[in-house]
Amino acid sequence: MELLGYYNYWVFAILLMVGFYAVIVRNNLIKKLLGLAIFQSAVFLMYITMDKVEGGTAPIIQEGVADQIYSNPLPQVLILTAIVVGVSTTALGLAIIVRIKEAYGSIEEDDIIAKDRES
Amino acid sequence: MITVFAVFLLSLLVITSIAIVRAQNLFVAVMLMAIFSLLMAANFFILDAADVALTEAAIGAGVTTVIFLGALSLTAENEKKVELSRGLAICVVAATALVLIYATFDKPKLGDPEAPVHQHVAPWYLSETPNLVGIPNVVTAVLGSFRAYDTLGEVFVVFIACIGVLFLLSARNESDQQSRRSSPDSIGLRHHLIPKVVGRLLFPFILLFGLYVQFHGEYGPGGGFQAGAIIATGIILFALLEGEKRALAAVPHSVLMGMVAGGAMMYTLVGVTSMAMGGNFLDYSVFSSDPVFGQQLGIILIEAGVGITVCGALLTIFHAFAARENY
Repeated sequence: MELLGYYNYWVFAILLMVGFYAVIVRNNLIKKLLGLAIFQSAVFLMYITMDKVEGGTAPIIQEGVADQIYSNPLPQVLILTAIVVGVSTTALGLAIIVRIKEAYGSIEEDDIIAKDRES
Repeated sequence: MITVFAVFLLSLLVITSIAIVRAQNLFVAVMLMAIFSLLMAANFFILDAADVALTEAAIGAGVTTVIFLGALSLTAENEKKVELSRGLAICVVAATALVLIYATFDKPKLGDPEAPVHQHVAPWYLSETPNLVGIPNVVTAVLGSFRAYDTLGEVFVVFIACIGVLFLLSARNESDQQSRRSSPDSIGLRHHLIPKVVGRLLFPFILLFGLYVQFHGEYGPGGGFQAGAIIATGIILFALLEGEKRALAAVPHSVLMGMVAGGAMMYTLVGVTSMAMGGNFLDYSVFSSDPVFGQQLGIILIEAGVGITVCGALLTIFHAFAARENY
């Protein structure tokens, strides 16, 4: 049971590397963006893991309840805004991929590089 | 019991992520990504981050999936099969994972109240929010008041990303324009009975829930970011059911543009007004003779600005992808 306290961080490390693997190995550009999204979610998980306090609850102050322990609000604020920014940047990436598809007729990295070499 | 559930959910997360990377069909990968986001939201909820869970569920599982599907319909559904040299990559990734896991043993355990992250400024936020801002949700107080500069920056990032998508996707190739314009307008799912009935039933309640999340954000989990995303999801559902045209008739492009710019402007104006009234930028205490009431007023105004910008930006991005298909 002692080691379970680190389980969240292990999952963070594995997710981070699964996402990274997709980015470096996969040729398909949409797959790369999905990998990047997993990578990003892994970082979110690490931040949110740090906010937890044993026996705590969500940081919404309840009136008339003394000695309630609350979890740390700060990482939550950072990640809340990061998620929204994440979807906007993902959309920007996808827009670039759509334009690449229109210009090159493919979203596979090796085809694009081959076409670039030809011209 | 909660520990067992958390371990189960985290393990599912790892399995889903590996399935996403392995899936050859991109449609399958995107749907798995929606499941991944939903599992992530459940994890956030177990870790006491109710606000973040709400955001991840609305944005990760809802809006992101729709945008990915929009991009898939414009590109390709299947990944090309190629023989890849995976060996080196797997070695690098596995070695890095092991190093990271080794490094976690130096970190404080999950839920340790003595961890450095809980010693610095967080206790001050928790103890001073009731006196200085007077709203129960500390996350909203930090987001809207104590760290309002950060939030302003994030709103402008969303604004700029939206402009970037418009720049990339609204430009048209002159030569194809003639040939493609004749393609029939998409009629949505109107001819499918079950999605139509269920969608029409859900649509008003999604909007109502979005407004509740917006205006109850000071008292419970919620706020502008979540509400903007939920309302955008509701209107996207409407667009999927009734077709692009009707959605654009209900919320035209000019209104969306006004929302994207107007929300960000409203946020900035609140800051400038507070300067004009003798305070610092985004210091809401000067808005009223009672500083606590001034803070609450400022937070409500900037949360409204955030909600308007996020909703407008997500809808504009959705329409940009959807419109590209019809031309």
